[in-house]
Amino acid sequence: MPVISFDAVTKVYPLPAGDVVALAGVDIAIEKGEFVLIMGPSGSGKSTLLNIMGSLDVPTSGEVTIAGKRISGMDDDDLTLMRRDHIGFVFQQFNLIPLLSIVENVEYPLILKGRQKGSRERAEDVLRAVGIADTHLTHKPGELSGGQQQRVAIARALVNDPDFLLCDEPTGNLDSKTGTAIMDLLDRMNREEGKTVVMVTHDPRMTDYADRTIRLVDGRVVNDLL
Amino acid sequence: MTFFDLARRNVSRHWLRSSLAVIGIVIGVIAIASLGIMGNSISLMFGDMVTDVGDTIIVSPATGVGGGKLTERQMNDITRAVGSNVAIPFSTNADKITVGDKESGAMIYAIPAGDIVSLLEVESGAYPKGTGTGCLIGSQLAANSRENGLKLGARVRIGDETLRVVGVLKERGMGFDINPDYAIVVPYAWYSNHYDEDEYDQVIVKVRDVNDIDAVKESIEQKMNRREDTVNVMDTRGILESIFAAADSITVFLSGIGAISLIVAGVSILNVMLMSVTERIKEIGVLRSIGTRRSEVMRMFIYEALILGLAGAAIGGVLSFVAGYAVTAVFVGNPDYLFNPTSLLYIVFGMAFGVLTSVASGLYPAWKAAQLNPIQALRHE
Repeated sequence: MPVISFDAVTKVYPLPAGDVVALAGVDIAIEKGEFVLIMGPSGSGKSTLLNIMGSLDVPTSGEVTIAGKRISGMDDDDLTLMRRDHIGFVFQQFNLIPLLSIVENVEYPLILKGRQKGSRERAEDVLRAVGIADTHLTHKPGELSGGQQQRVAIARALVNDPDFLLCDEPTGNLDSKTGTAIMDLLDRMNREEGKTVVMVTHDPRMTDYADRTIRLVDGRVVNDLL
Repeated sequence: MTFFDLARRNVSRHWLRSSLAVIGIVIGVIAIASLGIMGNSISLMFGDMVTDVGDTIIVSPATGVGGGKLTERQMNDITRAVGSNVAIPFSTNADKITVGDKESGAMIYAIPAGDIVSLLEVESGAYPKGTGTGCLIGSQLAANSRENGLKLGARVRIGDETLRVVGVLKERGMGFDINPDYAIVVPYAWYSNHYDEDEYDQVIVKVRDVNDIDAVKESIEQKMNRREDTVNVMDTRGILESIFAAADSITVFLSGIGAISLIVAGVSILNVMLMSVTERIKEIGVLRSIGTRRSEVMRMFIYEALILGLAGAAIGGVLSFVAGYAVTAVFVGNPDYLFNPTSLLYIVFGMAFGVLTSVASGLYPAWKAAQLNPIQALRHE
């Protein structure tokens, strides 16, 4: 069964000047363990696709199944729990919580599931796995470099052992060397840990990492290449 | 790390802003508690001044009837009307008294010797005998006139007769019937003989069971005023109720003024919290996107308001104690009233109101934060 399945999905934003069709009948199926890139020009519907895949939004019509559950008709709480339990988000701007230390940022999703014994140790293990030194665990996000912050964000996305990682331009705010290191990390998580990775990007160099590239234009899938 | 911990960290992140909001609550708590304490102290002061406990009926002649006196016959009627309760007649006069070679003026109460024991308590000495020339002196009169020689055993000359002080009364406080603290109390027989008078100014009825007040009052009215109003019947319970209702109104009014300042503080908290929400829209978007539920976001912000309220209430509570001491000492003249549980309750009330106001002020911003659309919040710069 696909981890993510889109079946004739449309998304229409009603605006006073007229309806805007962001997605127009999208069919996608992403299997477990795939590394999928979603590319396309601005306004092609990438962000909308990402939002729906991330259970941040629901389609206007069509069927979306994530981790075996249909998200149509889910209420806000159900969608939130879907994000918490099945999806790991990695943002372009890292989006760590400035009030929390590095290890607390990573521990936070575990706490959302209810305080569990060993959550701190689990967060520390994941941080080590993404290459964050123990000396940085108690630092605040602002004290780390961009690359290190993105590693922490990846650790936070991984800590709940999600069904897939949803990455929105994860290297967009990094220099090319650091960006490559982050891509290598995601690649390693995909190959060694079997994590499904879905990444929205403008950068054509990222296709080297992907098993598959989905191209969107005007809300339609125009190309789905392996 | 919990939501409360997150809220605490955010409050301390903006410590200056938070401190200003807390100061608002502190002022509100002090205002509501100290003004409440002041009102309550006034009420307590009334309570201390007034000796009556509401078990007394005072019967006085109706205006213009019988020259303002009650006859022996009327007294007998009243005695019959009150049944097993005690009816004590008395007359009062002001006269010149001489102790040794010192002259002064004093209030004189004349009460049948046998009834004095039902009405007044002797602190030292004994009660006067009905036929003798013994008298009692009020506690304050005794205290003020000690240097003049007016004390237990002293001889007091009134007109051309001499009385001997056989007892000093216990302090009684202000009453609606008689106020003997500054007076001399003589047996009615002596008074009647001395002033050549056989009528009474008023009759005090001590009702055994306070619940019978209305019935006894009605019985006197029936007996005495059936054809025409010959007497006025007044019960002290009604007067006491009016006085304490007035004191309570003062307390409510003063607390109300305090509450206004706390509401102003609440507006300040609302403002601080709304600012906090606006500044953290993106952060809220991140929290929501990684799985924080609306209720959890809301809880986080309510905790922030709660922390501000608790801090304000704690500091305000301590300072209220100081302020309460000051207002009771300066305005009421007796700081002991602060330590009365009913006064201390106003500090607790002020603190509770401070916390409640704070949390109530945080509800809307918390709701607003929880309602943010995570997609739009994430895009917010």
